Amino acid sequence: MTNEAVLHSHIEHAKPTGWRRWVCSTNHKDIGTMYMIFALIMLFLGGASALVIRAELFMPGIQLTSPDLYNSLVTNHALIMVFGAVMPAAAGMANWMIPLMIGAQDMALPRMNNLSFWFLPAAAIMLVLAFIVPFIPGGGTMVNTGWTLYPPLSLQVGMSMDFLIFTVHLLGISSILASINIIVTILGNRAPGMTLMKMPIFVWSWLVTAFLLILIMPILAGAVTMLLFDRNFGTSFFNAAGGGDPVLFQHLFWFFGHPEVYVLLLPSMGIVGSIIATFSRKPLFGYRSTVFSMMSIGLIGMLVWAHHQYTIGMSLGAVTYFMIGTILISIPVGLMIFNFIATMWRGSMTFETPMLFAIGIILMFSFGGFTGVMVAVIPGDIQYHDSMFVVAHFHYALIPGALFGLLAGVFYWIPKWTGYMYDEKLGKLFFWTSIIGFNLTFFPQHFLGLAGMPRRIVDYNLIFTEFNVISSIGSFIYGLSHLIFLYIIIKTIRGGKKADGKVWEGAKGLEWELSSPPEFHSWSKTPEIK
Amino acid sequence: MSSFIKLFFKITTTLFLFVYCINVFAEYGLNFPEPVTENARDIYDIHMNTVRIISALLVVVFSIVIYSIIFHRKSVGYKADQEFHKGVFGRWAWVLVPVLVLGVDLGIAGKAERVLENLWLIPKDENMMDVKVIGHQWWWEYEYIDHGVTVESRYIPKEPSDDLYLRDVDNRLVLPINTKVRFLHTSADVIHSFWVPQLGMKKDAIAGYITETWADINKEGIYRGQCAEICGAWHARMPIVIEAVDQEKFSDWVAQQKNIMLAKAEEASSDKEWSMDELMEKGRSVYNKHCSACHQLEGEGLNPVFPALKGSKIVNGPLDEHIKIVLEGKVSTGMPAWNNLLNELELAAVITYERNAWGNDTGDIIQPSDVKTSD
Repeated sequence: MTNEAVLHSHIEHAKPTGWRRWVCSTNHKDIGTMYMIFALIMLFLGGASALVIRAELFMPGIQLTSPDLYNSLVTNHALIMVFGAVMPAAAGMANWMIPLMIGAQDMALPRMNNLSFWFLPAAAIMLVLAFIVPFIPGGGTMVNTGWTLYPPLSLQVGMSMDFLIFTVHLLGISSILASINIIVTILGNRAPGMTLMKMPIFVWSWLVTAFLLILIMPILAGAVTMLLFDRNFGTSFFNAAGGGDPVLFQHLFWFFGHPEVYVLLLPSMGIVGSIIATFSRKPLFGYRSTVFSMMSIGLIGMLVWAHHQYTIGMSLGAVTYFMIGTILISIPVGLMIFNFIATMWRGSMTFETPMLFAIGIILMFSFGGFTGVMVAVIPGDIQYHDSMFVVAHFHYALIPGALFGLLAGVFYWIPKWTGYMYDEKLGKLFFWTSIIGFNLTFFPQHFLGLAGMPRRIVDYNLIFTEFNVISSIGSFIYGLSHLIFLYIIIKTIRGGKKADGKVWEGAKGLEWELSSPPEFHSWSKTPEIK
Repeated sequence: MSSFIKLFFKITTTLFLFVYCINVFAEYGLNFPEPVTENARDIYDIHMNTVRIISALLVVVFSIVIYSIIFHRKSVGYKADQEFHKGVFGRWAWVLVPVLVLGVDLGIAGKAERVLENLWLIPKDENMMDVKVIGHQWWWEYEYIDHGVTVESRYIPKEPSDDLYLRDVDNRLVLPINTKVRFLHTSADVIHSFWVPQLGMKKDAIAGYITETWADINKEGIYRGQCAEICGAWHARMPIVIEAVDQEKFSDWVAQQKNIMLAKAEEASSDKEWSMDELMEKGRSVYNKHCSACHQLEGEGLNPVFPALKGSKIVNGPLDEHIKIVLEGKVSTGMPAWNNLLNELELAAVITYERNAWGNDTGDIIQPSDVKTSD
């Protein structure tokens, strides 16, 4: 038997069936699929909590939720969306696509890959417990702190906060393991000839993201562990009465929290870059500068965390540094967006659903980036800080910047994953309803913030009514449009028009040389890149 | 093709109109409320400066993208220019774009930096008045350090249809106009944030810290704001109302407040034996003002955060423990040590009230001296 035949029989052997195929999976495609199904469930949970929030804010007065339940929903919405929906979806796509794109057989550490996924359902159970426990008599108070978990408020919360702290720990472990795996795969398992500067932009975006995650997740884990000790073991890290410092937690949290924004953003930008090149039928403009701008975004992003805390009373020197540093991020981000637009320029464009999303992202993310410059400027931020303006700003940055990028990725790659084309008409319908709903929801919130409505309030004065009504109506259009998305996905998985290996006319790259769907073990014969 | 050009111009004109509208809206309440201090006006200028710059850039970005969408499409037969990224522009864009963006950044930051210094550094002024702002869950305490006056400012319940719903308080923060006022912020419990948009100030009140801001109001009027940092259940019920008056009215107000405080102190220090009815009457008003936000007007509490007092084991149990918890508070909950916040008469009255109201039937009458001795 030749070596190849041995390998082949081994591969045939290693395809488990039934529940073992999923629970004990070490296959990057199956784990990727599980990541994305998990993310989809979380997207709907997070979306449902957002809709309850918007329904409560539809009118002045307290109608649906008690103030503590409202605050708990605000907290859960953020945590579910950030850690449950966006990060796992991006990790799922990394799992599916990176080995295909760099010509590797699988992820470098398949068993760890399995472990890093199965931490997530455990974390989700802890998160659900944190939400449910206060409803049980004697369960203490709800997590009413917002996802930032600032002490001393988080020291007042009942045992649900301890559940939440362990949720964060599990999520952190999962992210770190996934990141290690991605870095090792990218650096060690590339096909011969695939130099770093030949890698697809999506792979680059994940390489930067994975390094960021490894740098920041331990900081968050440390901060919440200190919180845990303050709450249960009598330490006083954050308790001023015991000589501690409540502001220290804010610095630790945002040292994690600000780079986290780029963790959410970068993989989606990698997807947008690939999509725009494909549907403009020309190579990505400024590939090299896009790679370097992603690295600088990661680097500068690590150094400007305290712009989330302009009002805590820092010295003039400190706030000046953080203001200038923050504004400077617009340089790499601007260059990246410019490169995307220049890729469209003088291309030969067609407008399938992924491309529609990509163009929508460029326009709306630019807007979110521009309001980002506004909130970076301190004199202005004194008014915007902790108001609805900030809520509008970061939803404009994160929904187009992270979520739409992932949705675009789903439409772009789902023919490759399932072997079937999605329904283009429904895809376009979904795009337009969600874009209109999204803008209707968040655009009016800018005005609410400027008029003086703080964020995270359960109830408000009459003067804020009109825009809240518009925003709530928009949110229901936006939220319900995701049912179309769910339907499209189910329909595509169940069948439809067969997709070719090279799904899109302008697509370039290794992943399109495989059949759709690819074999269970792809690239058993390593490709060579010229 | 000419129809495309028409469409293109239509779209860009709409965009320009849109940006123009943002500027017009500024006059119609879609922007900041009217600034009443020099600082707030500076902030407004910086805000508008940034808005104008980004609006212009937004128009440029949208125009280029829309132009490209209209002309560089496969359906009109446009062939992709495969060499575009290899031309001079393609080779130098990575320098050109950052330099342009840096220029815009410096334009924005340079102007902001000058205003920032003025906002951040408290001016040296002999006539500066100091007000200590203490955030509590969920009310504000204002201490006029120079005048020896303390004011407690609480939300007044109103119907949601009322114009001042969630925006009105029982005691306003009265300030003189044309005087530099330094605000010193701190907190008795969790983090709060003092935000009055028309004064252009927002600062966090953090336990263990004293943060400072300043304002020089130059127009009489009533300015409303709210707590801006999430601080627990009733974060939405922490309005701030500032009443700016001229110097003369301010002095009258200070004198009036001093008289009220004197009368209260005198009443509390008298050795009078108080009757049940007097204590219940006084206790009800103290309870409704200080305790009912959490424990509710009828003592039913708010499960699971705030325990009920009606039928409570502590309230109906041994007196010592009841007094202890009221005086010293409960660590890591919203229950503060009332010892520092109420005088002995008020403490005695509220404890009497709690032990005899809403069906609690201990019959105990607590005198101010009882509170003192058990201290």
